[in-house]
Amino acid sequence: MALFPDIMPRPEPNMDDAAFWENCAARRLAFQACAACGVFRHPPSPLCPACHAPETRWVDAPGTAEIYSFTVVHYPSHPAVREHLPYVVAVLRFDGIEGVKFVSNVTGVSAEKLRIGMKVRLWWDDIGEGMHLPRFRPAQ
Amino acid sequence: MNASKRRPAIVGTGQSEYTKWGGIQDRSQFRITAEAILAALADAGLTADDVDGFASFSNDGNEAPVMQAALGVPELRWSSMVWGGGGGGSCAAVAQAVAAVDSGHADVVVVYRGLCQGQGRRFGQAGAHRTHGSFTAPFGLFAPSQMLALMVQRFMFETPATSDHLCEIALSSRANANRNPNAVMRDRTLSREEYFASRWIAEPLRLFDCCLETDGAAAVVITTAERARDLDRQSVDILAAAHGSGPGWNTGPLGAHNMPDADYASTNNRRIARELFARAGLAPGEIDTVQIYDHFSGLVLMALEDFGFCGRGESGDFVASGAIRRDGSLPLNTSGGQLSEAYVHGVNLIIEGVRQLRGESCNQVADARTCLVTGGLGVSPTSAIILGRS
Ligand SMILES: [Zn+2]
Repeated sequence: MALFPDIMPRPEPNMDDAAFWENCAARRLAFQACAACGVFRHPPSPLCPACHAPETRWVDAPGTAEIYSFTVVHYPSHPAVREHLPYVVAVLRFDGIEGVKFVSNVTGVSAEKLRIGMKVRLWWDDIGEGMHLPRFRPAQ
Repeated sequence: MNASKRRPAIVGTGQSEYTKWGGIQDRSQFRITAEAILAALADAGLTADDVDGFASFSNDGNEAPVMQAALGVPELRWSSMVWGGGGGGSCAAVAQAVAAVDSGHADVVVVYRGLCQGQGRRFGQAGAHRTHGSFTAPFGLFAPSQMLALMVQRFMFETPATSDHLCEIALSSRANANRNPNAVMRDRTLSREEYFASRWIAEPLRLFDCCLETDGAAAVVITTAERARDLDRQSVDILAAAHGSGPGWNTGPLGAHNMPDADYASTNNRRIARELFARAGLAPGEIDTVQIYDHFSGLVLMALEDFGFCGRGESGDFVASGAIRRDGSLPLNTSGGQLSEAYVHGVNLIIEGVRQLRGESCNQVADARTCLVTGGLGVSPTSAIILGRS
């Protein structure tokens, strides 16, 4: 069962980030890098900010990440989360994916145990209609 | 300082009543905005016939050409709106008015903001389209309080700032609002115990770390120094105005969260601060009072550091010393700010800056000659101005 109910907003891919979400649908977390100079960028964008080349390659993220920052959300800003409070949103960083910070959830951990620098492991949340979202839980 | 006759000055301010969210239902949002503009013009000793420009920000729903017709403004020569969500553009709208006046594109520009959230969508509401919404909403990051809590958490990890320091921001703002008859929270005192007993919104932010949600409208009128001299009302000089964003900020915490590490736990104002003080020919120590965009208490701490009122990591000690209280060395948000006066996306803070330099604040700083006002912090773009007594 998905972490949040069906009324939770889903990704709405556009022409510039569709490849990211196609990878997620195939349970692959990969970030966009410039095919010419290798600079990473996120969220996806059509041109490399460093050299302006449009060609990209998608580099697989490792299965573990580190918490760069986090918040424990207590206020239901959307009806989909009303029965799921509190929940954790974190900004994550991945070894080898230089400069990319990624927003996701950390599940299966109490608020008191959360800390910046904590290692977390990727899991795929099946949100239906062929889409999966990358979420995380403590690595241990 | 620019010594030209076209040097811009604020000559009038106006506001509606301020109420809590949904409190204004008897008149339309557009009407109270128009009324605030007329009040600002009357304060300046001007009329709608004198206006030839409008500037606003953040997808303002009260369109300038419609406002022109509603007020009977004969000729529009300037209309502009600043990109970005939140109140990042509040002082940037002043910067645009300054640019218009300074360059001769317009002579009298009104900066305004009005919102009655019970009449339309709630500002910052979940589900509203954002550029990078796909990278936030499916993960439960909906509201600015949640988005900026991530930055505050990182700030509190990188510096010695604590919840006690956030509390000090909330308490001093409330104490100031308790002396402001127009503040939404004028009758509601706040104690340290109540602060810590208040519910979490998004850790590390509690209820009292978050700005009010307000119905209300506010406006300021900007014209040339030469024109200002002919008016009865005391004008306030705009010594410097700046707006912008650092590299890689993109949509910032409202979507991308991919700011450079050195900038992540910051207000995105360090570059603006350097430019602003240089243009004004002033140092932070020469500022008498500050009105800092307080959508969330933690960002106020960051701003004190980013604008150079204290060093990196020193804002906690700075506020704990009592410096920002009304009798301190740097009285902050003397109207009660957006935590306790009203949340009119920063235009109410600009008005309080003007009041201080006219000697009309309910928490008047003795002999205030300079005031720094900032726009929405930690967003992109963001902005600030320095006002000076004429
Ligand atoms: Zn490149």
